[in-house]
Order: sequence, then structure tokens, then C-alpha cells
Amino acid sequence: MWQQLYAELKDKNFMVVAVAEESRGADHAKQWIDAAKSDYWQLIDTDHRLEDLYNLVNVPQAIWIDEQGMIARPPETAGSTDHFRRMDLKTRTMAPEDQVARQAARDAYMQAIRDWVTTGKHALPADDARAGLPKVTPRIAEARARFRLGVWLRAHGSTAEGDRQMNEASSLHPESWSLWRQAADLDEVGKASGPDFWKRVQALGERPYYPPPKL
Amino acid sequence: MTRILTPTDEVDIKTHDGLWMSAVDAERVTGWTLKPEGMCRAESCVPLPADAVKGKDVNVEAFWKKLGGPVVANDARDVFALGAPADERNAALEGLAAPDFTLPDIDGVPRSLSQLRGKKVFLATWASW
Repeated sequence: MWQQLYAELKDKNFMVVAVAEESRGADHAKQWIDAAKSDYWQLIDTDHRLEDLYNLVNVPQAIWIDEQGMIARPPETAGSTDHFRRMDLKTRTMAPEDQVARQAARDAYMQAIRDWVTTGKHALPADDARAGLPKVTPRIAEARARFRLGVWLRAHGSTAEGDRQMNEASSLHPESWSLWRQAADLDEVGKASGPDFWKRVQALGERPYYPPPKL
Repeated sequence: MTRILTPTDEVDIKTHDGLWMSAVDAERVTGWTLKPEGMCRAESCVPLPADAVKGKDVNVEAFWKKLGGPVVANDARDVFALGAPADERNAALEGLAAPDFTLPDIDGVPRSLSQLRGKKVFLATWASW
């Protein structure tokens, strides 16, 4: 997804790090990584460690980091939009105007990255970057520990007990789509975007699934 | 042996009665060292409840909870996960220094964010699900 942008900017002191939040591991992620034909870093995160460190709740999310290793923009939706919520579920297609709007939002996001790399635009002052950070609560911290335990138990043959820990993690941190969807996917490939997923999306009502970046 | 999962590691430790272990093992698991004033790391020390130390043994569950970190276990209580305390995560993020991590690439080669100092980094997640 980011290869074209990376190819264009890699001589400008720029790097893309794509992290697969994938508890099924590298073998499962490989087909998508091969298809991306990328030459930036493609890393595998079976324990969702990055989501723990950066307090992430969904994919794709991105953090912009400057040359000094400081966060220039806090975690934000990386180029995806909520237009998918209006798709025709039978044909799994979006209305033409929604497809256009989605592409425009994606293009604008790519352009923002380009501007940041070439001119520094969009890097936030420290106070604004800080204000955009979601707070980790004790419930979220416990959810991360239970998720980690659940992934481990599943990988070591205790499927039902692992599931139980992952479900508990999801109820402790219901705002995290990643915790719920990864558990659903481990249960059965496809379940993460099945009927239960759509029910959860509908239950959002007016709330966004992919909050737009505040560019 | 008890398997202990920490936010960045996974170790087998000889324990008794939950997470009681030697001070040496406690340091291996938590990175904190037992001293007369409590458990210490760099300049800071956290006093331990009197009933969380017996001779050279430490109750790591009691210590970790004192730090504000979650401790969870499987039913058999032979696999534990110690989660990062919420306050520690928030303080790290609010400092705005991007938390470092090491993860394997598709060939198993470990890569660390800190190797990229001096470049702008676009760090993005994805998933197949």
C-alpha cells in the first residue's frame, strides 16, 4: 500500500515501517507482504506489542516520527475512511460517489505525508501532539495483559481458555477493534469481517469506525 | 517452572505459591532489584509491603500490583502475564519520544525503531483480518 510513496521519498531521509498485527504469525502474513512488493520494513507483531506501546485500537493506524525519534503526529487512521459502512453487503460494492470520496481522502493523506517529508508541514507542536494521545487506563492495561496471555494460550494448545482471555480483554477495552477482530480471526478466518463485525459497526451509530486524521 | 510473559519477554522461572521467587529471578523478570529500601531501578525505589518479602524471596505479583501493573494468569496458574502499568505507558507517550521496539521482519531478522534515528519514519499498522 505504501510502496509507491516510499519509492518516491526514500532518498529524502524517509522510511516506512509497516507492522502486521497478526497473531497467526509470519506464515499467514507472508502472502500479503509478498504481494506488496515493498522494500521498506515489513514487521510481524504476533502479540500486538505495538498496539500496547502506542495505545492503538484499529488498523490501519499510523504514527509519524521525526528525525530525533519524537512523535510528530499521534496515532491516526492511515488513509482509510468510513465509506465502507454504506456498501451494499450483497455485492460488497460501494456507490461510485463513495468510491471517489474514499480515493480523494486517501490521496489527501498520501499528499500530507509527502508534504511532511519534503517541507515539514503537518508536524504538530508538542502540546498538540500530546493532546492527541488517547489515555491508557488500568482497564486497557489489563486488557493488553489478558490479550497477550490469550494469544500465548491459543498458540500452546489451550484454545478455549485462550479464547476466554481474549474475550475478557475485548470486554475490558471495547473501543479496540483490533482486540475483538484478532480474536474473531483466530477463531475462524473471515469471522473478523462476518455478521458479528457488521453488527458491531452498526452499533456505533454516528460514531466513526475510522476517525479521520485531523490534518 | 512457571512461564511468565512480560510486555517484551517470555521467561521460565522457578516459583512457589503464585509468583514468589528469588530476588535474582525477580530482577530477571521485572528489571527491578531487591534492596533494603524496596525494589529499585536506576534512581527510583518502590517500598514493598512487609508481607511481600521473605528472606531472599520476593512476591512479584504483590510488587507488580504495587507498581500499578496488571497480573493475570491461566486457570492452572502456571502461565502469568505481567502487563505494563497504565501510568508508565502514559508517561512514556506524553514525553513524545517514540517508544522503541524490536520486531522480526518476514525473514525473522530483528529490526528496531531506534535504528532509524535521523530519518522521518512513517510507522503504520495493518492486518489480514
